[in-house]
Amino acid sequence: MATLETSTKVVLGGARGGPDAPTLRTDRWWIQPVATVSILTAFVIYSTWAAFQNKNYYVGANVHRDLISPFYSPCLTDHCVPGSSAGFILHGWPLSPALLILIFPLGFRLSCYYYRRSYYRAFWWSPPSCAVADAHPTYSGETRFPLIMQNVHRWFFYFGVLFNIMLTYDAVRAFQQPGLGWGVTVGTVVLVVNATLLWMYSLTCHACRHLFGGGSRRLSAHKLRARFWQFVSPLNAKHMNFAWASLIFVALTDVYVRLVASGVLTDYKLF
Amino acid sequence: MAEVTMRVWRGDASGGDFETYTLPKNEGEVVLDVVHRIQATEAPDLACRWNCKAGKCGSCSAEINGKPSLMCMTRVDELPEGPITVTPMKTFPIIRDLVTDVSFNFAMAEKIPALLPPPMPAEGYRMFQEDVQRGQEFRKCIECFLCQDVCHVIRDHEDNKEHYAGPRFLMRIAELEMHPLDTNDRREYAREEMGLGFCNITKCCTEVCPEGIHITDNALIALKERVVDAHYDPVAWLGRKILRRTKRTAAEAAVQPAP
Repeated sequence: MATLETSTKVVLGGARGGPDAPTLRTDRWWIQPVATVSILTAFVIYSTWAAFQNKNYYVGANVHRDLISPFYSPCLTDHCVPGSSAGFILHGWPLSPALLILIFPLGFRLSCYYYRRSYYRAFWWSPPSCAVADAHPTYSGETRFPLIMQNVHRWFFYFGVLFNIMLTYDAVRAFQQPGLGWGVTVGTVVLVVNATLLWMYSLTCHACRHLFGGGSRRLSAHKLRARFWQFVSPLNAKHMNFAWASLIFVALTDVYVRLVASGVLTDYKLF
Repeated sequence: MAEVTMRVWRGDASGGDFETYTLPKNEGEVVLDVVHRIQATEAPDLACRWNCKAGKCGSCSAEINGKPSLMCMTRVDELPEGPITVTPMKTFPIIRDLVTDVSFNFAMAEKIPALLPPPMPAEGYRMFQEDVQRGQEFRKCIECFLCQDVCHVIRDHEDNKEHYAGPRFLMRIAELEMHPLDTNDRREYAREEMGLGFCNITKCCTEVCPEGIHITDNALIALKERVVDAHYDPVAWLGRKILRRTKRTAAEAAVQPAP
């Protein structure tokens, strides 16, 4: 039997008390995993469908608008819809341009500490909920491949910031109405809200909080980092809210642009 | 008169079962009050550990309706109608009834190298509030070990106890790692010796903490991020190369032996 060698030898193992049941919880602990599975599955199905559509992702000058779906921005291939290109062109990519870029936001969310908590519980049942038995006989957590790769979250954070800059640029461009001048439409508001939520999601991220102050042992020696850390820490507590809000809204933004681009909706001018 | 029915697990290492007790319900009682009334009336041999009855000593940890909780801080009238189930903490070996052997925790505590400050300067040590305030949150811990109990890494996988310190002691390492006067580099130690990688941040430790410490967000993830600094961040790696800084190994990091 295994032991822990300290000043007193502790023998591990031994009979445990209580009944041999997966859980004794009587509340509806399963609601949260069910909700997580439902929302994330719906998002994955929709985003996969949208990524393979390769059309209706841009509303251009022909209707005096400049709106691009966040799933397709930046549009990098040589067969992007005219006006939607980011400038840099990747020649010879035969598939949807969305497939080139979605890996980065997907990786950022997949390795996000909040989402990890959610899908480990909801999809992997490790554990399904607190004080509910793990569904697996053995467990090595994030100590081995592939889950040790979760540590690349910070790499995706760096890429995520680049995408946020790009989507902010798109939101600013949405104020421009080719042939009409500057103005605000429903589409402009949608893109601005989308970019704002994505910034909030990134800035409240644990990796960001660490990089801008949390990693310091002596915050008193870094006043600027200390102020940022103090600013972002209360917001970090709302990271879950921003994670869900930005996830749902990015899909809604794609829906809106898609409906306008396909002629189902008109992008009304507000002022 | 209203009644309260309580199913208490009675037994020891050789086995046990639930026994049901029904008593008159008193206004404002907590679960520990009812357990004490059971002891006073029907089962004087019922074993339970308790001390302060104020949520500060961390002695009366148990599982109430399957949730790890302090018996002295769980009001009976806030629980759903029906029998209340009280069982011992599941993660630790049973001694008797509601009392478990929590020696594992003391052994883990002992393994953590103590604070290693630099030599005392002539003017004495000086620290600033912003440097110590993060650690102050962790000092609220009352060592009830509910976080250790709920952590599925050891709750459902006994074999991990050899390699994994549990949230309470990873939080202790985080506290020391953030301490402005500690000169130990505990990142390797947390990763290699105390099993930080086993934590999959399901936040159950935070959910059950009676002191409301944000164990996962403020300690465990912060510690994981520091390990990322040392191992997985390409920008930090480049910075170390340029500034010619080196990482310490686990052996070098734990320079101060445990007492």
